[in-house]
Amino acid sequence: MTTFHAPPLAASVMTEYYRQYLAVAVFVGAALVMVGAMLGVGALLRPKRPQPEKYITYESGSDPFGTFGQQNVRYYVYALLFVIFDVETVFVFPWAVNADHSGLGWFGFGEIAVFVLILVAGLGYLWRKGLLSWA
Amino acid sequence: MTHLVAIVDPLMHTFAKSGFSWSFLFVVIIKVLIAFVLLLVGVMVYIWGMRKWIADMQNRIGPDNAGPHGVLQTLADGIKLFFKEQTMPDSADRVVFRIAPYLSILPAFLMFCVVPVGGTVSILGHKTFLQVAELPFGAMWILACSGVGVYGVMLAGWSSGSKYPLLGSVRASAQLLSYEAAFGLGILGALVHAGTLSTREIVNLQAWSGIGSIFRDWYWFPAIVAFVIFLIAAVAETNHPPFDLVEAEQELVGGFHTEYSGIRFAIFFLAEFMNLITMSAVATTLFLGGPNGPMLWPSRLGAHGVINVWLMPVFWFGAKVITLLFGTVWLRASLPRLRYDQLMSFGWKYLIELAILWVMVEIAIEVANVQSWNRGVAALIAVVAGAGLYGILMLCVPKPGEVVEEFR
Repeated sequence: MTTFHAPPLAASVMTEYYRQYLAVAVFVGAALVMVGAMLGVGALLRPKRPQPEKYITYESGSDPFGTFGQQNVRYYVYALLFVIFDVETVFVFPWAVNADHSGLGWFGFGEIAVFVLILVAGLGYLWRKGLLSWA
Repeated sequence: MTHLVAIVDPLMHTFAKSGFSWSFLFVVIIKVLIAFVLLLVGVMVYIWGMRKWIADMQNRIGPDNAGPHGVLQTLADGIKLFFKEQTMPDSADRVVFRIAPYLSILPAFLMFCVVPVGGTVSILGHKTFLQVAELPFGAMWILACSGVGVYGVMLAGWSSGSKYPLLGSVRASAQLLSYEAAFGLGILGALVHAGTLSTREIVNLQAWSGIGSIFRDWYWFPAIVAFVIFLIAAVAETNHPPFDLVEAEQELVGGFHTEYSGIRFAIFFLAEFMNLITMSAVATTLFLGGPNGPMLWPSRLGAHGVINVWLMPVFWFGAKVITLLFGTVWLRASLPRLRYDQLMSFGWKYLIELAILWVMVEIAIEVANVQSWNRGVAALIAVVAGAGLYGILMLCVPKPGEVVEEFR
Protein backbone atom coordinates (compact mmCIF):
# COMPACT_ATOMS: atom_id res chain seq x y z
CA MET A 1 0.00 0.00 0.00
CA THR A 2 1.29 3.46 -0.82
CA THR A 3 1.86 5.60 2.19
CA PHE A 4 0.63 9.11 2.44
CA HIS A 5 3.48 11.61 2.93
CA ALA A 6 2.27 15.02 3.86
CA PRO A 7 3.35 17.75 6.24
CA PRO A 8 1.77 17.36 9.69
CA LEU A 9 -0.50 20.39 9.33
CA ALA A 10 -1.95 19.26 6.01
CA ALA A 11 -2.47 15.79 7.44
CA SER A 12 -4.49 17.13 10.34
CA VAL A 13 -6.56 19.27 8.01
CA MET A 14 -7.22 16.27 5.83
CA THR A 15 -8.16 14.23 8.87
CA GLU A 16 -10.76 16.76 9.89
CA TYR A 17 -12.01 16.78 6.31
CA TYR A 18 -12.49 13.03 6.23
CA ARG A 19 -14.01 13.01 9.68
CA GLN A 20 -16.81 15.15 8.34
CA TYR A 21 -17.27 12.68 5.52
CA LEU A 22 -17.48 9.88 8.05
CA ALA A 23 -20.49 11.68 9.48
CA VAL A 24 -22.01 11.96 6.02
CA ALA A 25 -21.39 8.26 5.41
CA VAL A 26 -23.06 7.32 8.71
CA PHE A 27 -25.96 9.57 7.76
CA VAL A 28 -26.36 7.94 4.34
CA GLY A 29 -26.17 4.51 5.96
CA ALA A 30 -28.79 5.42 8.54
CA ALA A 31 -31.10 6.80 5.85
CA LEU A 32 -30.74 3.64 3.76
CA VAL A 33 -31.34 1.41 6.79
CA MET A 34 -34.42 3.39 7.78
CA VAL A 35 -36.01 3.24 4.31
CA GLY A 36 -35.02 -0.42 3.98
CA ALA A 37 -36.55 -1.18 7.37
CA MET A 38 -39.76 0.59 6.46
CA LEU A 39 -40.07 -1.35 3.23
CA GLY A 40 -39.08 -4.58 4.98
CA VAL A 41 -41.64 -4.20 7.76
CA GLY A 42 -44.20 -3.32 5.14
CA ALA A 43 -43.35 -6.49 3.22
CA LEU A 44 -43.92 -8.58 6.36
CA LEU A 45 -47.21 -6.98 7.30
CA ARG A 46 -49.03 -6.37 4.05
CA PRO A 47 -51.30 -8.86 2.31
CA LYS A 48 -50.62 -10.14 -1.18
CA ARG A 49 -53.67 -11.28 -3.17
CA PRO A 50 -52.71 -11.17 -6.83
CA GLN A 51 -55.35 -10.56 -9.45
CA PRO A 52 -54.44 -9.77 -13.06
CA GLU A 53 -56.45 -6.54 -13.00
CA LYS A 54 -54.24 -5.12 -10.29
CA TYR A 55 -51.20 -5.08 -12.55
CA ILE A 56 -52.68 -3.03 -15.37
CA THR A 57 -51.47 0.54 -15.51
CA TYR A 58 -53.89 3.17 -14.27
CA GLU A 59 -55.60 5.28 -16.89
CA SER A 60 -58.55 6.72 -15.00
CA GLY A 61 -60.41 3.42 -15.01
CA SER A 62 -60.51 2.68 -18.73
CA ASP A 63 -58.32 0.02 -20.31
CA PRO A 64 -54.90 1.34 -21.31
CA PHE A 65 -54.50 1.94 -25.02
CA GLY A 66 -51.83 3.09 -27.44
CA THR A 67 -48.11 2.82 -27.01
CA PHE A 68 -46.13 3.97 -24.03
CA GLY A 69 -43.04 6.10 -24.28
CA GLN A 70 -43.99 8.94 -26.56
CA GLN A 71 -42.85 12.27 -25.27
CA ASN A 72 -42.24 15.75 -26.50
CA VAL A 73 -38.61 16.00 -27.56
CA ARG A 74 -38.50 19.61 -26.44
CA TYR A 75 -38.11 18.55 -22.83
CA TYR A 76 -34.65 17.42 -23.72
CA VAL A 77 -33.69 20.94 -24.69
CA TYR A 78 -34.45 22.15 -21.16
CA ALA A 79 -31.85 19.77 -19.88
CA LEU A 80 -29.38 21.44 -22.26
CA LEU A 81 -30.49 24.89 -21.12
CA PHE A 82 -30.13 23.80 -17.53
CA VAL A 83 -26.62 22.54 -18.10
CA ILE A 84 -25.68 25.94 -19.52
CA PHE A 85 -26.96 27.76 -16.47
CA ASP A 86 -25.86 25.37 -13.84
CA VAL A 87 -22.35 25.28 -15.24
CA GLU A 88 -22.42 29.03 -15.26
CA THR A 89 -23.42 29.12 -11.63
CA VAL A 90 -20.68 26.69 -10.74
CA PHE A 91 -18.11 28.86 -12.52
CA VAL A 92 -19.34 32.06 -10.92
CA PHE A 93 -19.51 30.51 -7.43
CA PRO A 94 -15.78 30.41 -6.58
CA TRP A 95 -15.19 33.85 -8.01
CA ALA A 96 -18.14 35.42 -6.24
CA VAL A 97 -17.13 33.91 -2.92
CA ASN A 98 -13.64 35.38 -3.27
CA ALA A 99 -14.77 38.66 -4.81
CA ASP A 100 -13.65 40.80 -1.90
CA HIS A 101 -10.26 39.27 -1.17
CA SER A 102 -9.09 37.86 -4.48
CA GLY A 103 -7.25 41.09 -5.32
CA LEU A 104 -8.69 41.01 -8.83
CA GLY A 105 -10.85 44.06 -8.21
CA TRP A 106 -12.57 45.67 -11.17
CA PHE A 107 -10.53 43.64 -13.64
CA GLY A 108 -12.03 40.46 -12.25
CA PHE A 109 -15.46 42.02 -12.26
CA GLY A 110 -15.08 42.97 -15.92
CA GLU A 111 -14.05 39.44 -16.80
CA ILE A 112 -16.99 37.84 -15.04
CA ALA A 113 -19.29 40.43 -16.63
CA VAL A 114 -18.08 39.37 -20.09
CA PHE A 115 -18.64 35.73 -19.15
CA VAL A 116 -22.18 36.43 -17.97
CA LEU A 117 -22.83 38.55 -21.06
CA ILE A 118 -21.97 35.65 -23.34
CA LEU A 119 -24.29 33.37 -21.38
CA VAL A 120 -27.14 35.86 -21.48
CA ALA A 121 -26.57 36.22 -25.22
CA GLY A 122 -27.06 32.44 -25.46
CA LEU A 123 -30.31 32.73 -23.55
CA GLY A 124 -31.39 35.56 -25.84
CA TYR A 125 -30.66 33.39 -28.87
CA LEU A 126 -32.80 30.55 -27.52
CA TRP A 127 -35.53 33.01 -26.65
CA ARG A 128 -35.50 34.39 -30.20
CA LYS A 129 -35.66 30.88 -31.59
CA GLY A 130 -38.96 30.44 -29.78
CA LEU A 131 -37.70 27.94 -27.23
CA LEU A 132 -39.04 29.94 -24.33
CA SER A 133 -42.62 30.12 -25.55
CA TRP A 134 -45.09 27.51 -24.46
CA ALA A 135 -48.29 27.73 -26.38
CA MET B 1 -10.06 -1.09 13.27
CA THR B 2 -7.34 1.14 11.84
CA HIS B 3 -6.55 -1.46 9.19
CA LEU B 4 -10.20 -1.72 8.30
CA VAL B 5 -10.39 2.03 7.75
CA ALA B 6 -7.30 1.95 5.56
CA ILE B 7 -8.78 -0.87 3.48
CA VAL B 8 -12.14 0.80 3.05
CA ASP B 9 -10.56 3.94 1.70
CA PRO B 10 -6.81 4.42 1.16
CA LEU B 11 -7.34 8.16 1.37
CA MET B 12 -8.50 7.66 4.93
CA HIS B 13 -5.14 6.17 5.83
CA THR B 14 -4.12 9.47 7.42
CA PHE B 15 -7.27 9.37 9.42
CA ALA B 16 -6.44 5.90 10.66
CA LYS B 17 -2.84 6.84 11.48
CA SER B 18 -3.87 9.85 13.52
CA GLY B 19 -5.80 7.55 15.82
CA PHE B 20 -9.35 6.40 15.55
CA SER B 21 -11.35 7.10 18.64
CA TRP B 22 -14.54 5.23 19.35
CA SER B 23 -16.00 8.12 21.28
CA PHE B 24 -15.73 10.25 18.16
CA LEU B 25 -17.76 7.71 16.23
CA PHE B 26 -20.21 7.65 19.11
CA VAL B 27 -20.67 11.41 18.89
CA VAL B 28 -21.26 11.14 15.15
CA ILE B 29 -23.89 8.45 15.68
CA ILE B 30 -25.63 10.51 18.36
CA LYS B 31 -25.74 13.51 16.04
CA VAL B 32 -27.07 11.42 13.17
CA LEU B 33 -29.78 9.93 15.38
CA ILE B 34 -30.82 13.36 16.66
CA ALA B 35 -31.01 14.70 13.11
CA PHE B 36 -33.13 11.70 12.09
CA VAL B 37 -35.56 12.03 14.95
CA LEU B 38 -35.76 15.77 14.34
CA LEU B 39 -36.57 15.29 10.66
CA LEU B 40 -39.07 12.47 11.07
CA VAL B 41 -40.91 14.03 14.01
CA GLY B 42 -40.74 17.33 12.15
CA VAL B 43 -42.47 15.80 9.13
CA MET B 44 -45.14 14.21 11.32
CA VAL B 45 -45.89 17.40 13.17
CA TYR B 46 -45.68 19.50 10.02
CA ILE B 47 -48.28 17.42 8.19
CA TRP B 48 -50.60 17.62 11.18
CA GLY B 49 -49.97 21.35 11.59
CA MET B 50 -50.50 21.96 7.89
CA ARG B 51 -53.86 20.21 7.95
CA LYS B 52 -54.92 22.06 11.07
CA TRP B 53 -53.81 25.46 9.76
CA ILE B 54 -55.49 24.96 6.41
CA ALA B 55 -58.61 23.74 8.19
CA ASP B 56 -58.62 26.94 10.23
CA MET B 57 -58.17 29.04 7.10
CA GLN B 58 -61.04 27.21 5.42
CA ASN B 59 -63.32 27.27 8.45
CA ARG B 60 -63.14 23.51 9.05
CA ILE B 61 -62.08 21.46 12.05
CA GLY B 62 -59.44 19.28 10.39
CA PRO B 63 -58.14 16.02 11.84
CA ASP B 64 -59.32 15.68 15.45
CA ASN B 65 -59.85 12.00 16.20
CA ALA B 66 -56.40 10.43 16.54
CA GLY B 67 -54.88 11.70 19.77
CA PRO B 68 -55.39 15.12 21.36
CA HIS B 69 -56.40 17.56 18.60
CA GLY B 70 -55.62 14.86 16.05
CA VAL B 71 -51.87 15.15 16.53
CA LEU B 72 -51.37 11.44 15.89
CA GLN B 73 -53.20 11.56 12.56
CA THR B 74 -50.00 11.33 10.51
CA LEU B 75 -48.80 8.37 12.54
CA ALA B 76 -52.14 6.63 12.03
CA ASP B 77 -51.95 7.25 8.28
CA GLY B 78 -48.43 5.88 8.21
CA ILE B 79 -49.39 2.73 10.11
CA LYS B 80 -52.34 2.20 7.80
CA LEU B 81 -50.05 2.36 4.76
CA PHE B 82 -47.88 -0.43 6.21
CA PHE B 83 -50.87 -2.77 5.92
CA LYS B 84 -51.75 -1.89 2.34
CA GLU B 85 -51.04 -4.24 -0.52
CA GLN B 86 -48.41 -3.04 -2.95
CA THR B 87 -48.92 -3.35 -6.66
CA MET B 88 -46.43 -2.92 -9.43
CA PRO B 89 -47.71 -2.73 -13.02
CA ASP B 90 -46.57 -5.54 -15.33
CA SER B 91 -45.08 -2.96 -17.68
CA ALA B 92 -42.90 -1.45 -14.93
CA ASP B 93 -39.12 -1.64 -14.86
CA ARG B 94 -38.93 -3.80 -11.74
CA VAL B 95 -35.49 -2.78 -10.47
CA VAL B 96 -35.75 0.96 -11.04
CA PHE B 97 -39.30 0.96 -9.68
CA ARG B 98 -37.96 -0.38 -6.39
CA ILE B 99 -34.91 1.90 -6.25
CA ALA B 100 -36.77 5.16 -7.00
CA PRO B 101 -38.16 5.71 -3.46
CA TYR B 102 -34.63 5.49 -2.05
CA LEU B 103 -33.38 7.98 -4.63
CA SER B 104 -36.07 10.46 -3.77
CA ILE B 105 -35.64 10.37 0.00
CA LEU B 106 -31.83 10.29 0.21
CA PRO B 107 -31.20 13.83 -1.10
CA ALA B 108 -33.83 15.15 1.32
CA PHE B 109 -31.90 13.64 4.20
CA LEU B 110 -28.47 14.54 2.86
CA MET B 111 -29.18 18.20 2.39
CA PHE B 112 -29.85 18.45 6.10
CA CYS B 113 -26.27 17.27 6.81
CA VAL B 114 -24.76 20.72 6.43
CA VAL B 115 -27.43 22.71 8.26
CA PRO B 116 -26.22 24.03 11.63
CA VAL B 117 -29.03 23.44 14.11
CA GLY B 118 -27.36 24.98 17.14
CA GLY B 119 -24.14 26.46 18.46
CA THR B 120 -20.90 24.83 19.58
CA VAL B 121 -21.36 22.32 22.37
CA SER B 122 -19.25 19.64 23.97
CA ILE B 123 -20.39 16.04 24.04
CA LEU B 124 -18.16 13.48 25.83
CA GLY B 125 -15.31 15.94 25.85
CA HIS B 126 -15.46 16.49 22.09
CA LYS B 127 -16.11 20.08 21.14
CA THR B 128 -18.53 19.80 18.29
CA PHE B 129 -21.05 21.79 16.31
CA LEU B 130 -24.69 20.87 16.46
CA GLN B 131 -24.58 19.95 12.81
CA VAL B 132 -24.19 16.51 11.27
CA ALA B 133 -21.19 17.35 9.09
CA GLU B 134 -19.21 20.54 8.75
CA LEU B 135 -18.26 20.37 5.08
CA PRO B 136 -16.00 23.18 3.86
CA PHE B 137 -18.26 23.73 0.85
CA GLY B 138 -21.70 23.33 2.40
CA ALA B 139 -23.40 25.66 -0.05
CA MET B 140 -22.26 23.53 -2.98
CA TRP B 141 -23.49 20.45 -1.13
CA ILE B 142 -26.96 22.00 -0.86
CA LEU B 143 -26.95 22.75 -4.58
CA ALA B 144 -25.77 19.24 -5.44
CA CYS B 145 -28.38 17.52 -3.27
CA SER B 146 -31.22 19.56 -4.68
CA GLY B 147 -29.98 18.65 -8.17
CA VAL B 148 -29.81 14.93 -7.41
CA GLY B 149 -33.38 15.07 -6.10
CA VAL B 150 -34.60 15.19 -9.71
CA TYR B 151 -33.52 11.58 -10.25
CA GLY B 152 -35.98 10.06 -7.78
CA VAL B 153 -38.95 11.82 -9.37
CA MET B 154 -37.78 11.22 -12.94
CA LEU B 155 -37.00 7.53 -12.48
CA ALA B 156 -40.16 6.84 -10.47
CA GLY B 157 -42.29 8.15 -13.31
CA TRP B 158 -40.28 6.56 -16.06
CA SER B 159 -40.05 3.13 -14.46
CA SER B 160 -43.81 2.89 -13.86
CA GLY B 161 -44.36 2.07 -17.52
CA SER B 162 -47.55 4.09 -17.49
CA LYS B 163 -48.62 7.29 -19.20
CA TYR B 164 -49.66 9.60 -16.38
CA PRO B 165 -46.54 8.98 -14.31
CA LEU B 166 -44.32 9.49 -17.33
CA LEU B 167 -45.97 12.81 -18.15
CA GLY B 168 -45.75 13.83 -14.51
CA SER B 169 -42.10 12.99 -14.21
CA VAL B 170 -41.09 14.63 -17.48
CA ARG B 171 -42.91 17.74 -16.40
CA ALA B 172 -41.29 17.52 -12.98
CA SER B 173 -37.79 17.29 -14.36
CA ALA B 174 -38.37 20.25 -16.67
CA GLN B 175 -39.67 22.26 -13.72
CA LEU B 176 -36.93 21.23 -11.31
CA LEU B 177 -34.17 21.91 -13.83
CA SER B 178 -35.64 25.30 -14.72
CA TYR B 179 -35.78 26.49 -11.14
CA GLU B 180 -32.49 24.91 -10.16
CA ALA B 181 -30.65 27.70 -11.99
CA ALA B 182 -32.57 30.43 -10.16
CA PHE B 183 -32.07 28.51 -6.91
CA GLY B 184 -28.29 28.49 -7.37
CA LEU B 185 -28.20 32.18 -8.21
CA GLY B 186 -30.30 32.91 -5.12
CA ILE B 187 -27.79 31.07 -2.93
CA LEU B 188 -25.05 33.05 -4.65
CA GLY B 189 -26.69 36.23 -3.36
CA ALA B 190 -25.92 35.21 0.22
CA LEU B 191 -22.49 33.83 -0.61
CA VAL B 192 -21.31 37.11 -2.13
CA HIS B 193 -21.79 38.72 1.28
CA ALA B 194 -20.41 35.81 3.25
CA GLY B 195 -17.33 35.15 1.11
CA THR B 196 -17.29 31.49 2.14
CA LEU B 197 -19.00 28.26 1.14
CA SER B 198 -19.07 26.73 4.62
CA THR B 199 -22.53 26.86 6.19
CA ARG B 200 -21.00 27.01 9.67
CA GLU B 201 -19.00 30.12 8.78
CA ILE B 202 -21.99 31.67 7.01
CA VAL B 203 -23.96 31.28 10.23
CA ASN B 204 -21.11 32.61 12.36
CA LEU B 205 -20.87 35.70 10.16
CA GLN B 206 -24.51 36.44 10.91
CA ALA B 207 -23.90 36.53 14.66
CA TRP B 208 -26.36 38.36 16.88
CA SER B 209 -25.30 41.77 18.19
CA GLY B 210 -28.48 43.54 19.12
CA ILE B 211 -31.77 44.07 17.35
CA GLY B 212 -30.04 45.83 14.44
CA SER B 213 -28.49 42.51 13.45
CA ILE B 214 -31.74 41.46 11.85
CA PHE B 215 -31.24 44.03 9.11
CA ARG B 216 -27.48 44.56 9.23
CA ASP B 217 -25.96 41.13 9.72
CA TRP B 218 -28.53 38.64 8.52
CA TYR B 219 -28.29 38.35 4.76
CA TRP B 220 -31.98 38.45 3.96
CA PHE B 221 -32.04 42.25 4.00
CA PRO B 222 -28.75 43.12 2.24
CA ALA B 223 -29.60 40.45 -0.35
CA ILE B 224 -33.37 40.95 -0.32
CA VAL B 225 -33.88 40.26 -4.03
CA ALA B 226 -31.78 37.08 -3.87
CA PHE B 227 -33.74 36.03 -0.78
CA VAL B 228 -37.08 36.38 -2.54
CA ILE B 229 -35.75 34.58 -5.61
CA PHE B 230 -34.39 31.83 -3.39
CA LEU B 231 -37.74 31.41 -1.64
CA ILE B 232 -39.68 31.22 -4.90
CA ALA B 233 -37.19 28.78 -6.41
CA ALA B 234 -37.18 26.67 -3.25
CA VAL B 235 -40.96 26.40 -3.28
CA ALA B 236 -40.76 25.33 -6.92
CA GLU B 237 -37.94 22.86 -6.16
CA THR B 238 -40.02 21.16 -3.48
CA ASN B 239 -43.06 20.87 -5.80
CA HIS B 240 -45.10 22.78 -3.30
CA PRO B 241 -48.21 24.78 -4.29
CA PRO B 242 -48.50 26.99 -6.30
CA PHE B 243 -45.81 25.07 -8.21
CA ASP B 244 -47.22 21.56 -7.66
CA LEU B 245 -47.76 20.82 -11.34
CA VAL B 246 -45.99 17.52 -10.81
CA GLU B 247 -49.07 16.04 -9.18
CA ALA B 248 -51.82 18.08 -10.80
CA GLU B 249 -54.79 15.82 -10.11
CA GLN B 250 -56.98 17.27 -12.82
CA GLU B 251 -54.41 16.64 -15.53
CA LEU B 252 -52.14 13.81 -14.43
CA VAL B 253 -53.95 11.96 -11.64
CA GLY B 254 -51.16 11.57 -9.06
CA GLY B 255 -48.25 12.51 -11.29
CA PHE B 256 -45.05 10.49 -10.99
CA HIS B 257 -46.29 8.34 -8.09
CA THR B 258 -49.62 7.30 -9.63
CA GLU B 259 -48.57 3.62 -9.79
CA TYR B 260 -47.06 3.55 -6.30
CA SER B 261 -49.06 2.22 -3.42
CA GLY B 262 -48.65 1.29 0.22
CA ILE B 263 -45.44 2.12 2.02
CA ARG B 264 -43.51 3.06 -1.13
CA PHE B 265 -46.05 5.78 -1.75
CA ALA B 266 -45.61 6.89 1.86
CA ILE B 267 -41.88 7.24 1.29
CA PHE B 268 -42.44 9.64 -1.60
CA PHE B 269 -44.64 11.75 0.61
CA LEU B 270 -42.15 11.62 3.43
CA ALA B 271 -39.47 12.81 1.00
CA GLU B 272 -41.63 15.64 -0.24
CA PHE B 273 -42.38 17.03 3.20
CA MET B 274 -38.85 16.41 4.40
CA ASN B 275 -37.61 18.45 1.45
CA LEU B 276 -39.85 21.26 2.55
CA ILE B 277 -38.43 21.21 6.07
CA THR B 278 -34.86 20.96 4.80
CA MET B 279 -35.37 23.85 2.39
CA SER B 280 -36.75 25.99 5.21
CA ALA B 281 -33.71 25.05 7.27
CA VAL B 282 -31.41 26.01 4.39
CA ALA B 283 -33.17 29.35 3.94
CA THR B 284 -32.79 29.95 7.67
CA THR B 285 -29.10 29.12 7.51
CA LEU B 286 -28.24 31.22 4.49
CA PHE B 287 -30.44 34.24 4.97
CA LEU B 288 -31.97 34.35 8.44
CA GLY B 289 -28.96 33.86 10.67
CA GLY B 290 -29.50 30.18 11.42
CA PRO B 291 -29.42 29.53 15.18
CA ASN B 292 -28.33 33.08 16.00
CA GLY B 293 -30.61 35.11 18.18
CA PRO B 294 -30.73 36.98 21.47
CA MET B 295 -29.70 35.07 24.57
CA LEU B 296 -32.13 34.48 27.36
CA TRP B 297 -31.22 36.66 30.34
CA PRO B 298 -27.42 36.22 30.06
CA SER B 299 -26.71 38.12 33.32
CA ARG B 300 -28.73 35.65 35.39
CA LEU B 301 -28.58 32.38 33.46
CA GLY B 302 -25.00 32.87 32.24
CA ALA B 303 -23.81 33.34 28.66
CA HIS B 304 -22.13 29.92 28.79
CA GLY B 305 -24.78 28.09 30.74
CA VAL B 306 -26.73 25.12 29.47
CA ILE B 307 -29.74 27.19 28.48
CA ASN B 308 -27.86 29.75 26.39
CA VAL B 309 -25.42 27.29 24.80
CA TRP B 310 -27.73 24.37 24.11
CA LEU B 311 -31.29 25.53 24.21
CA MET B 312 -31.58 29.05 22.86
CA PRO B 313 -29.79 28.53 19.51
CA VAL B 314 -31.94 25.47 18.84
CA PHE B 315 -35.00 27.46 19.87
CA TRP B 316 -34.21 30.31 17.46
CA PHE B 317 -33.44 27.90 14.66
CA GLY B 318 -36.72 26.08 15.24
CA ALA B 319 -38.69 29.32 15.49
CA LYS B 320 -37.34 30.55 12.14
CA VAL B 321 -37.94 27.22 10.41
CA ILE B 322 -41.50 27.03 11.75
CA THR B 323 -42.17 30.59 10.58
CA LEU B 324 -41.06 29.68 7.06
CA LEU B 325 -43.09 26.46 7.15
CA PHE B 326 -46.15 28.46 8.18
CA GLY B 327 -45.48 30.56 5.08
CA THR B 328 -45.64 27.45 2.90
CA VAL B 329 -48.98 26.45 4.43
CA TRP B 330 -50.28 29.93 3.78
CA LEU B 331 -49.19 29.62 0.15
CA ARG B 332 -50.93 26.26 -0.12
CA ALA B 333 -54.16 27.70 1.24
CA SER B 334 -54.23 30.88 -0.81
CA LEU B 335 -52.70 30.42 -4.27
CA PRO B 336 -54.11 28.43 -7.19
CA ARG B 337 -51.75 26.28 -9.24
CA LEU B 338 -49.85 27.90 -12.09
CA ARG B 339 -50.41 26.85 -15.69
CA TYR B 340 -47.47 25.01 -17.21
CA ASP B 341 -46.49 27.77 -19.67
CA GLN B 342 -46.80 30.38 -16.91
CA LEU B 343 -44.50 28.33 -14.73
CA MET B 344 -41.84 27.92 -17.38
CA SER B 345 -41.88 31.47 -18.67
CA PHE B 346 -41.83 32.85 -15.14
CA GLY B 347 -38.75 30.77 -14.38
CA TRP B 348 -36.80 31.41 -17.55
CA LYS B 349 -37.90 34.89 -18.56
CA TYR B 350 -38.11 36.68 -15.23
CA LEU B 351 -36.59 34.82 -12.32
CA ILE B 352 -33.26 33.87 -13.90
CA GLU B 353 -32.69 37.26 -15.54
CA LEU B 354 -33.48 39.08 -12.33
CA ALA B 355 -31.24 36.74 -10.35
CA ILE B 356 -28.27 37.27 -12.67
CA LEU B 357 -28.79 41.01 -12.62
CA TRP B 358 -29.01 41.11 -8.85
CA VAL B 359 -25.92 38.98 -8.34
CA MET B 360 -23.92 41.28 -10.61
CA VAL B 361 -25.15 44.36 -8.72
CA GLU B 362 -24.24 42.76 -5.41
CA ILE B 363 -20.79 41.78 -6.62
CA ALA B 364 -20.20 45.29 -8.00
CA ILE B 365 -21.05 46.77 -4.61
CA GLU B 366 -18.80 44.25 -2.90
CA VAL B 367 -15.87 45.04 -5.21
CA ALA B 368 -16.53 48.77 -4.77
CA ASN B 369 -16.30 48.27 -1.00
CA VAL B 370 -12.92 46.60 -1.30
CA GLN B 371 -11.60 49.17 -3.76
CA SER B 372 -13.06 51.89 -1.50
CA TRP B 373 -15.14 53.39 -4.25
CA ASN B 374 -18.34 55.16 -3.52
CA ARG B 375 -20.97 52.45 -3.09
CA GLY B 376 -23.71 54.50 -4.65
CA VAL B 377 -21.66 55.20 -7.79
CA ALA B 378 -20.83 51.50 -8.13
CA ALA B 379 -24.46 50.52 -7.68
CA LEU B 380 -25.46 53.08 -10.31
CA ILE B 381 -22.88 51.75 -12.78
CA ALA B 382 -24.03 48.19 -12.11
CA VAL B 383 -27.69 49.07 -12.58
CA VAL B 384 -26.97 50.94 -15.82
CA ALA B 385 -24.89 48.02 -17.10
CA GLY B 386 -27.66 45.63 -16.07
CA ALA B 387 -30.28 47.70 -17.83
CA GLY B 388 -28.08 47.68 -20.95
CA LEU B 389 -27.79 43.90 -20.69
CA TYR B 390 -31.53 43.54 -20.34
CA GLY B 391 -32.03 45.87 -23.31
CA ILE B 392 -29.82 43.66 -25.49
CA LEU B 393 -31.80 40.63 -24.34
CA MET B 394 -35.07 42.33 -25.17
CA LEU B 395 -33.78 43.11 -28.68
CA CYS B 396 -33.40 39.36 -29.20
CA VAL B 397 -36.97 38.66 -28.20
CA PRO B 398 -39.27 38.32 -31.19
CA LYS B 399 -41.98 40.98 -31.37
CA PRO B 400 -45.56 39.78 -31.35
CA GLY B 401 -46.35 38.48 -34.81
CA GLU B 402 -42.72 38.35 -35.90
CA VAL B 403 -41.97 34.99 -37.52
CA VAL B 404 -38.70 33.38 -36.47
CA GLU B 405 -37.24 30.10 -37.65
CA GLU B 406 -38.20 27.37 -35.17
CA PHE B 407 -35.54 25.69 -33.09
CA ARG B 408 -35.34 21.98 -33.86
